[in-house]
Amino acid sequence: MRIEDHPVLEFKRGKKISFTYNGEKVEGYEGETIAAALHAAGVQVLSYSDRHRPRGFYCAIGNCSSCFMEVNGESNVKVCIEPLQEGMDVKTQKGKGEIV
Amino acid sequence: MKNVELLVIGGGPAGLCAAISAAEAGVDVLLAERDEWLGGQLVKQTHMFFGSEKQHASVRGVDIGKLLVKKVEEYKNVEVMKNATVLGLYEDRVVTIQQDGNYVKVNPKSVIITTGASEKTLVFPNNDLPGVYGAGAVQTLMNVYGVKPGNKVLMVGAGNIGLIVSYQLMQAGVDVEAIVDASPNIGGYLVHASKIRRMGVPILTRHTVKEAIGKEALEAAVIWELDDKWQPIPGSEQKLDVDVMCISVGLTPLSELLWQIGCKMEFVGELGGFVPTRSDKLQTSLDGIFVAGDVAGVEEASSAMVEGSLAGLSASSYLGYKIDVVKELERDYLNQLNDLRSGPVGEKIRQGLAKALISEQAANPGQGS
Repeated sequence: MRIEDHPVLEFKRGKKISFTYNGEKVEGYEGETIAAALHAAGVQVLSYSDRHRPRGFYCAIGNCSSCFMEVNGESNVKVCIEPLQEGMDVKTQKGKGEIV
Repeated sequence: MKNVELLVIGGGPAGLCAAISAAEAGVDVLLAERDEWLGGQLVKQTHMFFGSEKQHASVRGVDIGKLLVKKVEEYKNVEVMKNATVLGLYEDRVVTIQQDGNYVKVNPKSVIITTGASEKTLVFPNNDLPGVYGAGAVQTLMNVYGVKPGNKVLMVGAGNIGLIVSYQLMQAGVDVEAIVDASPNIGGYLVHASKIRRMGVPILTRHTVKEAIGKEALEAAVIWELDDKWQPIPGSEQKLDVDVMCISVGLTPLSELLWQIGCKMEFVGELGGFVPTRSDKLQTSLDGIFVAGDVAGVEEASSAMVEGSLAGLSASSYLGYKIDVVKELERDYLNQLNDLRSGPVGEKIRQGLAKALISEQAANPGQGS
């Protein structure tokens, strides 16, 4: 799902880094967001609402709060703007998430 | 508490130009940007801009962003805070900012709010399914991160964003099945629409979405036709086999901070929702609080840049900076805005602005404090 040839843009991807998604190892690139890396890996469902409806991102720029996931144990992280980091533990969020 | 002369909230086209214009006048500027980079949504605009040379016409949006960022960084009197979300703007003019997990308080003498706008959504069954995305979101995913949103797209909305993103989807190797728009007319520029039609994508006016279909993510979309009274015509349904739906039905100003500090707000549909009332030089109903760009009324990046420059100038005058050519500059910016809003394309904006403009405000930005 990554764009390789583009008539206008050239994508200079950062170094490959790995993280876990619901315990499974996934690879992405430095400089991209968690949501972009997951989307490239075919993951569209980021959370389930209180009524158990699947949720993906909507605005991708941190406005709409549709992309909340649990990252390194912290709930309600906007993964559409959160930079991907090596070894991150990313999980599908269920409902409102636990706030410590 | 950090004391500053001018705080600019938002580092998009309006905020960057506001910071440049005020810094040029000698003002000490603090620019707070929520993202880790400056440029706002210019970063994903791979198309060449219209307008005139002064607004960098024929340059791609992404490159205009780079030019502005470089310019801002050259000013010693501009301090940039990145990754810094403004949390609150209080009546006593204290501003709270969260940066990298730290809580910072700032006390500015003047503020320019350039927070931009957010994509609207559209009501239909299952509009919350993953795969139903804002058109701008898809643009970000493709043009910033180089990731395809899916394989087959239904674009909802034939305004400029809908048309431009459709074209960019095709550039990225994604099929666009159709563009639908509830209106009887194509809202975007004909030059964009023609380009897309030449590539074989149907633009169906008087059509809207009946429903999205899918379990965990979008699997198909049903569209139907609307009659003269904008009512759906039963039996006109068409099922489209798409895995992405892009919603491009306009934007609405991100005006939370304006509400919080108590600017007078007016609902102006033509400008995207509630907007602050303002003088022609962009001061809100509150002394020393200025606005520029989409938060003042949804337009496009070219006018946002000019408004930013104008607001920066107004704030400088408010702060007591004497600028030799202030009248000439003001006239130039106002003329540029008039040009950008001229003709039939700018009619809606002109009507909207007429409702939001206050002729001369109690506090004239030219008089200083």
